Amino acid sequence: MSLTNEIMTISIAAIATFATRFLPFIVFSGKKETPPFIVYLGERLPPAILGILVVYCYKSQLLQPSQETLFALVAGTMTIAIQFWRNNMLLSIFVGTLIYVFFGYIF
Amino acid sequence: MSQEFSFAFKKTLPIMTGFLFLGLTYGIYMNQLGFNFLFPTLMALTIFGGSIEFVIANALLKPFNPWLILFLTLVINSRHLFYGLSMLEKYKATGWRKLYLIFGMCDESFSINFATNVPKTVDRQGFYFYVTLLNHFYWVLGAFLGGISGSFITFRIKGIDFVLVALFLVLFISQYQVKANRLVALLGVMVGLFALFVFGAQFFLPLALLLMVIILWFAYRREKQHELNE
Repeated sequence: MSLTNEIMTISIAAIATFATRFLPFIVFSGKKETPPFIVYLGERLPPAILGILVVYCYKSQLLQPSQETLFALVAGTMTIAIQFWRNNMLLSIFVGTLIYVFFGYIF
Repeated sequence: MSQEFSFAFKKTLPIMTGFLFLGLTYGIYMNQLGFNFLFPTLMALTIFGGSIEFVIANALLKPFNPWLILFLTLVINSRHLFYGLSMLEKYKATGWRKLYLIFGMCDESFSINFATNVPKTVDRQGFYFYVTLLNHFYWVLGAFLGGISGSFITFRIKGIDFVLVALFLVLFISQYQVKANRLVALLGVMVGLFALFVFGAQFFLPLALLLMVIILWFAYRREKQHELNE
């Protein structure tokens, strides 16, 4: 691929990525009133998105179960447990990650 | 340093760890494919979307095919449409920063900015801006370091990328703890699992999001119906 084509490829990816982020803001610009269902989505969808992103994080481990899957699930459960217990995000993330890294080194 | 910056910095610490690590991996990957460090750095700067950058890195080695690139980018990144819908209100009065907030709306920036309860003493717009800027910076820095050092960096802690998994778990819990969000948060996990096992890893994310919107449409209709009946 020539340099020009390389630059074009990267530009297409950059512009298309921006378009996916920008489109809703153009369609529902402030001038007209946002349809009530879209307002409803704005409130209800994000918690579901985070649920889906959690599954996304585990996707390869769930599709190909292995020892890694078990480590990731245990470390994830510990992260959640510490979060419920201490309600301190940085602490939960730190300890959860430490547990996962630790598993990787001892097994 | 302003309060907004220090609050944003604290909230993005896990992302700093995760993005530096993943960005480094990405930079090394491109370096080993034979690219100059400018490629991963500039791609991180202009595209700023993790998974698509790996895809583009590979595409650069194949014959030029603009339509395929366009198609792949739109499909892989269609999830952003749903982030945009969710942030319409929050990003409304952000003034000159708005364009950049939208440009930099990766999974992590969206999730932090949506899920964080910003204290009254901290300016919300400033916080959103610094979260987005810092995340962008970590990613570009990681890609640059990886691209410039190539395989010289041997210091890599295996498994440290779990910080991003832990981050999403904790953000998910923060939503779950809000009573009104609990049901829909759990529904998201179930829909995600369903879509993953039915559609497979490649396209499950946009399809799960679409499915969730359809479910919410029915929920919305029912709520409206109830209101009319009362």
